[in-house]
Amino acid sequence: MIQLKVNGTAKKFDGDPEMPLLWYLRDVLDYTGTKFGCGAGLCGACTVHVNGEATRSCVTSMKDAAGKDILTIEGLGAKSEHPLQAAWKQCNVSQCGYCQSGQIMQAAALLKTKPKPTDADIDSAMQGNICRCGTYQRIRQAIQIAAGVKA
Amino acid sequence: MNRIEKVSRRGFLGTAIGAGALVLGVQMNEADAATPAWMPSVYLGIEPNGTAVIVAHRSEMGTGIRSVLPMVVADELEADWKKVRVEQAVGDTKYGSQNTDGSCSIRDFYDAMREAGATARLMLEQAAAKKWNVPVAECKGQNHFVVHAKSGKKAAYGELVKVASTLPVPKKAELRLKPESEFRYIGKELPTIDQADHTRGAGKFGIDAKMPGMLYASIERPPVLGAKLRSFDDAAVKGVKGVVRTATIDGFKPPHMFQALGGVAVLADSTWAAAQGRKKLKVEWDLGPNGSFDSASEKAEILNKIKQPGKVVRNVGDVDKAFAGAAKVHEASYYVPLLSHAPMEPPAAVAEWRDGKVVTYAATQNPQAVQEAVAGAMGIKKEDVTCHVTLLGGGFGRKSKPDYVCEAAMLSKQVGKPVKVVWSREDDIKFDFYHANAGMYMKAALDAQGKPTAWLHRSVFPSIGSTFDAAAEYGQEFEMGMGWVDLPYAIPNHRAENGAHKNHVRIGWMRAVAHIYHAFAIHSFVDELAAAANRDRVEYILDLLGPDRNVPIEPVGMKYWNNDQDQSKFPVDTARLKRVVQIAAEKSGWANKKPSKGRALGIAAHRSFLTYVAAVVEVEVDDRGRVTIPRVDIAVDAGQIISPERARSQIEGAAVFGTSLAMMGEITAADGRIVQSNFNNYPVARINEAPRVTHVHLVPSKAPAGQTLPLPLKQQASGFGSCRSGRPSWYSPEAPGKSGAFFWSGDRR
Repeated sequence: MIQLKVNGTAKKFDGDPEMPLLWYLRDVLDYTGTKFGCGAGLCGACTVHVNGEATRSCVTSMKDAAGKDILTIEGLGAKSEHPLQAAWKQCNVSQCGYCQSGQIMQAAALLKTKPKPTDADIDSAMQGNICRCGTYQRIRQAIQIAAGVKA
Repeated sequence: MNRIEKVSRRGFLGTAIGAGALVLGVQMNEADAATPAWMPSVYLGIEPNGTAVIVAHRSEMGTGIRSVLPMVVADELEADWKKVRVEQAVGDTKYGSQNTDGSCSIRDFYDAMREAGATARLMLEQAAAKKWNVPVAECKGQNHFVVHAKSGKKAAYGELVKVASTLPVPKKAELRLKPESEFRYIGKELPTIDQADHTRGAGKFGIDAKMPGMLYASIERPPVLGAKLRSFDDAAVKGVKGVVRTATIDGFKPPHMFQALGGVAVLADSTWAAAQGRKKLKVEWDLGPNGSFDSASEKAEILNKIKQPGKVVRNVGDVDKAFAGAAKVHEASYYVPLLSHAPMEPPAAVAEWRDGKVVTYAATQNPQAVQEAVAGAMGIKKEDVTCHVTLLGGGFGRKSKPDYVCEAAMLSKQVGKPVKVVWSREDDIKFDFYHANAGMYMKAALDAQGKPTAWLHRSVFPSIGSTFDAAAEYGQEFEMGMGWVDLPYAIPNHRAENGAHKNHVRIGWMRAVAHIYHAFAIHSFVDELAAAANRDRVEYILDLLGPDRNVPIEPVGMKYWNNDQDQSKFPVDTARLKRVVQIAAEKSGWANKKPSKGRALGIAAHRSFLTYVAAVVEVEVDDRGRVTIPRVDIAVDAGQIISPERARSQIEGAAVFGTSLAMMGEITAADGRIVQSNFNNYPVARINEAPRVTHVHLVPSKAPAGQTLPLPLKQQASGFGSCRSGRPSWYSPEAPGKSGAFFWSGDRR
């Protein structure tokens, strides 16, 4: 039996310990804000926080998630009140919107370690998150606004 | 059907997250049955509480269309946007075309949306006039109220619904459309309705749809187009925990169209279990004639074909005579590989077969095509297929082709439960309807100033027509008409030729479609000619475009496609093209930014999907040959623009998509099988590779809306994708070596 916390709530899981956290969140818990994009840690659409660190849930097995604190986009700010969510709205970042949960979770982890990120910090932190619609310049702008650094 | 809808709704509402668009769609149908909202139009209803319910009948994949068309209705209705609820339509011919493709949502539905809003507003005004016993001309809809200025009377729309619903629907001639000066939402900066949901993961996509009791399917498809299932062994599959059973899907009957590819499916109680089961499948295929398909030899074949004369598709003057007498001739060949759409959300749908009918929730650009394809697969009437449209995690043309919805429906019939099909990224990249690979041969005769006196352009590519006619070998009218036969240059002798070529994979349309390779070749060639003439690119392009005029396009043996629009209404207008060139040059500071070591500028201009675009791209190359794009300037004349905010966002995104086209992945086949599989070997632009800033310059225009801005900027391929090799538009001899990093795969250099 695997025990873990998801968005602050204790959960138990007795299925395949090799199942990636992504599918547990989506298929079992119905936290569908976390998206599937590649299944190989290449695109960042599935990014959640595991013990506070941005993590690709598609390549994180349930056995590796055992005992951990998981934060998904639904737990970051269900009412869209996180500064990044506000900045995302201010910049009208999203186009199709599919990758944006992962982008925001990645950016939230960045701001925790680097509250005032430079351009290079943003490049470095965000380059694992693909947006096929190409919203990158607004993502950069929104991170800068949320961080209170000059856009 | 009603019962199934309710079940489906519970399936959605039962999730941990709040209601999405889909649910709302179902709610409206149910509300209709109980308390009929007044529906003066198929696109618009007003509930007794005054809420305006506006139907979005086009699919949302990031362009903003499901917000923007309702804004047009709301504007003419004089609705308060805060009192508007947008409902996503199911597939139904009563809405007209729902094929959200071809950049025509605004062009085709702007007038209809205005009429829907104006009709309802007039009826509310008539209801108020009746109530107050005053002339209707004195009553005016204003921000969700009807007001009578003379008496100061005011009635909320909700109060008037009951009376309005008893009135006859006015004729089109009676409508009073608002003057532009009174627009509230049209042409204004208004956020789309989905922004907030997208910041909290609440948008509902096809991959998020669920139906009670559904199974998850993972499908092993024929590795080669047209391969047949010889045998399979699923003994090991059944030992995988969570796997329920396997099932086969028949292969398609040619032409493949949007039919399922066929294969062996593993059905399980979770996505993960289905995928694990699939790994244990042992499948034998008869590969058939495409089993020897090889991209390297096909490329050689295409590059050889473009050396031979092809079918003439446009002919002006006498090219042969001009070449015979030319002082100087310049030639070039270009090649563009197969490309994959790779939307971030792979194809996904859930479907239930019950009592001879199908209900599906699908990420689709075209719910009516879903109805037709599923009906065809199941042998039922299309009216018996209900297609609910989810949000789409990207589309780019891939999700116009509902083969994945057919798979879900066919499997549901076999297993007696709803089935959800989600393609893996590997499935998506290996079984796409690929953007065609193309070879282009260009030849120009040049005068003493280096200006062309004759222009020959041959193209050879597998046609999208092959998706609908297995024997198709030549391009279709729409492929020819995409920036090829409609070359707008002032060149007295011009010939375009198309060589025959068969497809070996499924060929489909992707974003700018055939503009991608035509514009790439044309603008690359123009850049080479300008370089050979030692002329400034901007001046050279303006010279080529010649005097301000409408260029009559008269192809040989076919009509000019022109996006199905009359040339009298949407001419090929060189003045508009020149204007965007001048604006892009001016805004980018072209004149003052001379190429220097490691830094270069390129420019290209193109008319695509009735829209005029010029792009200036600034490129830096460091000592190690690494390329960055600090800045892009794009000037766009799309005619009337409804949502400048979404227009800019689309063009910013187009610059990124264009970067991927120009500099990144290609799809190849070996032994009939697609080699690439995921974003590691089919890379697309990331934040550090994309243009750092794209400045969008929307050109004010009184022309009718051409492109569906805010629909996909098709011409990104033209203005920008023309930089595909990088070399033509970006390359400068001053840039340090490594231009090979840019150079795509032409047969020279």
